[in-house]
Amino acid sequence: MRRTLPLLGAALLMAAAPSGPPFRDVRPGVALVFPRDHGAHRDHRTEWWYVTGWLDGPGGTHRGFQITFFRTATGLRAASRSAFAPRQILFAHAALSDPAVGHLLIGERIAREGLGLARASTTDTDVRIDDWTMRRLPDGRFVAHVAGDGFALDVSFRPDQPVLAQGDGGYSRKGPDPRSASRYYSLPHLDVTGSVTRGGRTERVTGTAWLDREWSSSYLPAGGVGWDWTGLNLDDGSALMAFRIRRVNGASLWAGGSWRAADGNVTVLGPQDVVFVPRHRWRSPRTGALYPVDPVLRVRLPGGVRSLPLRPLFPDQELDGRKAGSPVYWEGAVTTPGGRGYLELTGYADRLRL
Amino acid sequence: MALDWRAVTVPRWMMMGEWRAHPVRIGTAIVAIAIGVALGFAVHLVNASALDRFARGLATVNGGADLRVEAAGGRGFGEQFYPRAASVAGVGAASPVVKLRAQLDARAIDLLGIDVLRAARVTPIIVPQPGPGHDATALLDPASLFLSRAALAGRHVGDAVSLVIDGRTQRFRLAGLVAGAGDRPLGIIDIAAAQDRFDRVGRIDRIDLKLARSADADHVRAALAAILPADAVLAGAEDDGSRTDALSRAYRVNLDMLALVALLTGAFLVYSAQALSIARRRPHFALLRVLGASRRLILAQLLAEGLILGVIGAAVGILLGFGLAAGVLRLVGGDLGSGYFGGDGTPPLLFAPGAALAFAGLGLIAALVGSLLPAYQAARIAPTVSLKTIGDAVDPRRRPPLAPAFVLAAIGIGFALLPAVRGVSLFGYGAVGLLLAAGIAAMPWLARILLAPLARGRSTSPVIQLAIGRLWGAPSQAAVALSGIVASVGLMIAMAVMVASFRGSVDDWLNQILSADLYLSAEGSTPLDKATRDRLTRATGVRRVDFASQRGITLSPGRPPVLLSVRDGDMPPAIGREISAPAGTIAVRVSEPAARLYHLTPSATLQLPLGSKPVRVFVTAIYRDYARQSGAITIDGRAYDRLTGDTARGEAAINLAPGADVAGTISALRRALPPSILDVVRIVPTRALKAQALAIFDRSFAITYGLELVAVLVGLAGVAATTSAQTIARTREFGMLRHLGVTRRQIVAMLGVEGALLGLVGGIAGIALGCGLAQILIHVVNPQSFNWTMETRWPVGLLAGVGAALVVSSALTAMLAGRRAVSTDAVRAVREDW
Repeated sequence: MRRTLPLLGAALLMAAAPSGPPFRDVRPGVALVFPRDHGAHRDHRTEWWYVTGWLDGPGGTHRGFQITFFRTATGLRAASRSAFAPRQILFAHAALSDPAVGHLLIGERIAREGLGLARASTTDTDVRIDDWTMRRLPDGRFVAHVAGDGFALDVSFRPDQPVLAQGDGGYSRKGPDPRSASRYYSLPHLDVTGSVTRGGRTERVTGTAWLDREWSSSYLPAGGVGWDWTGLNLDDGSALMAFRIRRVNGASLWAGGSWRAADGNVTVLGPQDVVFVPRHRWRSPRTGALYPVDPVLRVRLPGGVRSLPLRPLFPDQELDGRKAGSPVYWEGAVTTPGGRGYLELTGYADRLRL
Repeated sequence: MALDWRAVTVPRWMMMGEWRAHPVRIGTAIVAIAIGVALGFAVHLVNASALDRFARGLATVNGGADLRVEAAGGRGFGEQFYPRAASVAGVGAASPVVKLRAQLDARAIDLLGIDVLRAARVTPIIVPQPGPGHDATALLDPASLFLSRAALAGRHVGDAVSLVIDGRTQRFRLAGLVAGAGDRPLGIIDIAAAQDRFDRVGRIDRIDLKLARSADADHVRAALAAILPADAVLAGAEDDGSRTDALSRAYRVNLDMLALVALLTGAFLVYSAQALSIARRRPHFALLRVLGASRRLILAQLLAEGLILGVIGAAVGILLGFGLAAGVLRLVGGDLGSGYFGGDGTPPLLFAPGAALAFAGLGLIAALVGSLLPAYQAARIAPTVSLKTIGDAVDPRRRPPLAPAFVLAAIGIGFALLPAVRGVSLFGYGAVGLLLAAGIAAMPWLARILLAPLARGRSTSPVIQLAIGRLWGAPSQAAVALSGIVASVGLMIAMAVMVASFRGSVDDWLNQILSADLYLSAEGSTPLDKATRDRLTRATGVRRVDFASQRGITLSPGRPPVLLSVRDGDMPPAIGREISAPAGTIAVRVSEPAARLYHLTPSATLQLPLGSKPVRVFVTAIYRDYARQSGAITIDGRAYDRLTGDTARGEAAINLAPGADVAGTISALRRALPPSILDVVRIVPTRALKAQALAIFDRSFAITYGLELVAVLVGLAGVAATTSAQTIARTREFGMLRHLGVTRRQIVAMLGVEGALLGLVGGIAGIALGCGLAQILIHVVNPQSFNWTMETRWPVGLLAGVGAALVVSSALTAMLAGRRAVSTDAVRAVREDW
C-alpha cells in the first residue's frame, strides 16, 4: 500500500500557523548556550539535526550522504496520562548518493516520542528512533548510526572549527515578518570518519560534512512555497551558507546566508546579497517535479560579488519519502570550483501548503 | 447376417432404444447422481467462500503482521513489554495495539487503538486515511475516530460519533475511513486516546511484529518467548490459520460428509436402476450373445451407459450446486446458519474449478460403480436360460451368503474405535460407510429371514399369497429394490436420530444451566460496579441474584481462547466423577470441550494466565457445555477476586421472589441500572433465552434437515423407479394371471401388497441400520469433531412415521405402475414372446 501515511511527516513539519497551544517564538538577542542548544527545544514546533557531507572511500570513490533527525511538537495531549501521548514526533531521513547507483538510497524512521524507543534529549545532542541514533560525545564529536534500504552508515563527525551562528547571533529571519524566523547555527568542516555498509560489505570512509541545527515555530513566511539552500565547505577552510525562500512563481521572497572566511571573519548575507541563477532543470521521473539542479550561486561579499557555479554529483538526488509519509525534496551532493557541499531544493514537487 | 460387433452402432441403438422407452428411470438415475454432486459441491463452495472471508477478516484485524504478542486474558499486559519486544534482534518493526470492543449505536465493533506511525510499517492495511477537511495530524488527534465502510452506516466524515465501552460513552469526530478493512466493522483511534479515554493507561492488548528481512522466524519466536510476561502469548500467522480451521473444520467436514452420503445414495440408485434395466433386457443380451457378441462387448456397453449417466448427472450436478450455493449464501449467509463466521453481509461466491472437477469425478465414479456389478452379471448370463425366461436366475432355495456383510461390518466397527485424524473424524465416517455397505450386503439374507414366516403361513387371500410367493421366488430382484430403500432410509434415520439426540441433550442442558428466572447481561465487557450490583439485588421482586462474568483467556496460542466464567453462584453440574479440591488449591470446573481439547480430567491441575503470574488451579469436575466449542473453565467468584482483584461482573442470574411479576421485576431492575449502561444491558426471561438458544440450534441444523429431506426424496424416487420398472417388466406374467382368471383389480392389489411388503422389509432394515449408524454418529463422530458428548434419544414418532410413509408410498407407486401394466390386452401380453 502506497500512501499509507498521507504525508504525515510533511504535514507535521510544514504545517501552517499552528492552532491550539502556542509554541514559543524565536527572538533576536538571545545567546546560544552550549551544550544546552545541541539538545532539543521542545517548546518550538520544529527542529532538526541536519548533517550532509561527502564520503571518500578506497580507490578514490566519492559519495554524498545525508543524516537528518527531525523533531516536531504536535501540540496534542498536554494532559494525557498515556505513555503513547503524541506530544513530540521524531522522524529521520538518511540518504546515500552513490554515482554508481545513479539515484539516492534512502531510509527513514518515524515514531512518537516515548517508552524509550524514540527520544530527544534536551541537554545535549542525543536523538534516537529505534536503532537510529545521533549523539554528541563528551569530546565534542558527534556519532550517528542509521540503516536504510540496503545500506548502513556508522559515522563520527569531529568539529575542527567553532560554531557558526547564523543570522543575527543565531536568529535567522526567513521572511519580512520578524516572527518568521529560526534559531540556527552550523558546524561546517566536520571531519568524518566511519564506515559505509552496502550489500553486506563494510568499507572505511573519511570525508567532510556540515551540521545544521535549526529550530523554529514559524519557519516559512506567508507566500513561501519552499526554499533553495546550500552549505559549501571550501578547500581553503572557508564556509558559505546561502538560502532563499521562494514564492510560487519562483521569485525570491527572502534570502540570506553567511560567509566565514578562512581567518574566521563572518559576513552575514541579507536578502539583497544572495541570488540563485538556475541553469539546467532536471525532471524527476517519479514525481514530475522540475529541479534547477546546477544553479550558479551569486553572493555579495566584502570583496565584491562572487559567482559559484554548483555541479551536482549526478542529477537524480531527489529524496522521495512519500511512502513513509515524508515530504519530497532534492538533497544532493554538489561541487563548486574550490569546494564541495550540499544543495537542498524543497517545495518543487508539491506545492506545500505553508 | 453379417454383423460387425465391434462397431458401436448396435450398442448405441440398444442404449438409445432403452432410454427412449424408459426416460423416467434414466432420469431418476441422473437426478440421483446430480443431487449428490450438487449437494457436495454446494456445501463445499459455501464453506470455501465463508472460510475465505473469515480468514480475510482475521487477517484484516491482525493486519497481516508476521508475528503477534497477544494478551492471554481480557485485561491486556503491561506496555513496558513493547519496547523490549521491539528491541529483540530480528524484529524489524513493532506496532502496539489496544483492542477494545465498542458499541456503535446498537452494534458491537472492534475498536483498535493503534500508533499509526508504527502500524504503517507493520500492518498498513489498518492504517486509516483522513477524510476531506482533515490533514494527517487528525491521525494523532484524541478526538478522531476512523471507521471501516462496514461500520459507517451512513455517517459522513466530520460527524460526531458516540462509542460505548464498558458502559462509558465517549464522543469522537469521524475523521476518515479505514479503507483496507474490507467488510469488517472496525474502528481505529489513536493508541494514547484509547488508553486515556477508556481507562487503559499502561496496558496494551497486542503487539504486531514485522520481522526484519533476514530474520529467522523461529529465532525471533524463541527470543520473544524467553522474555514474554505470563499474561501474554505469542501467535503467528499460521496459528490464525489453524484457529480458523479448528473452528470450522468439524462443521465443514460434517456437511461435506453428508453430501458424500447423498452421493453414495445416488450410487445405489444408479445400481438399482441399472440392475433392473439389465434384468429386463436379459433376453436382449442373450440374443446378442447368441448372435456372436462377446461378453466384453456387453460389459463395455453397460459401462458406457453408466458413464453417460454419470457424465450428464455430474454436469447437471455442478451447475445445480453452483446455483444452490449462490442461493444458500443469499438466504442463510456464509455460515449455513451456524454462526461460526463473524462479520455481516454475504460473502462473494468463489468458484472452485478444482472442487468442481473433484465432485464431478465422484459423481462419475458413483455411476460407474453402480453399473459395474449389474453389467458384470449381465455379461455372465447363460444365453439359453435367459432367452427362455425373464425370471430370476437365482434359485430361491439357495441360502444367500452372509459372510461379505460380516466382514464389512467387522471392519466398520474396527474403524469406529479408531481416533480422529487431525480433529476430523475420518474413521468415524468410514465406519458409517462400511456399516451401510454391510447392511446392503446383508439385504438378500435379511429379506429371506423377514419373509420366511410370511412364506410359511397360508393366507386365505390369493392376492397376498401371490405377492409373497413372488417376493420369495425372485430374491435378487427384491434385494435390488431393497438396497436403494435401505441406503437412503438408513442414512436418513441415522441423521434424524443424531439430531434428535443432540437437540434433546441441548434442551436438557439448557434447563440445567438456565435455572434462574431472569438473566441480565451487559454487552461486551461492560462491568456492573458494586453500587449497581447492590441496587440490582435490592430491586423489587428479586429474591436472589448471582453475579457472573466471563472473559477469554488463551491457554495455547494455536487454539482459540477459552472462556473463563467467573461465578458468584452455583457451579455448573458435573457429568461423571466429581472430587473435592485439596486444601489450599483453587478449584475450577472445566467444560467437556475444554477437557477433551486440553486433556483434563478431574484432579488434573492447569495454569491459568490471571494477572502477571500464572495461577495453578485444580480441576474438580467436568461439565457439559454446548455453547463454547473452544472450551470453558468455571471458577468461583471469590477465588477469582482474591487472585486478580478484579471484582467486576457483567452478568447476573436473577431468581424472583414468590409471586413476583416478570415484567414488573424487569422494569424494577432496569430502573436500578445507571442510565449510561442502559443501552448495553439486556434482561431476558429464561423462557425467551431458551427459545432463542433452540432457534439458533435449529438454524444451525437447517441445512442438515434440508439434506435429509433430499435424501428421503431421492430414496422414494428410487423405490418408485424400481417398482414401476419391475411391474412393467412383468407384463407377460400379468397376462398369464389374467388368463388364469385373476382380475385386474386383484393384480393391482397384489402389486400393492408386494410394494407394501418391500417397503416394510426395507423400512425395518433401514431403520435398524439407521439406528446403528446413529450410534456411530453420536458416540464417535460427534465427540471427535466437536468435543462434546450427548445421550441417545429415539424419535419414535419419526421412526414410525418414516416406516409407515415408506410402506404406503411404495405400495402406492407399485399400484400406480401396475395399473399401466395390466391395462394392456391380456392375450397380446402373453404372446409378447420376448
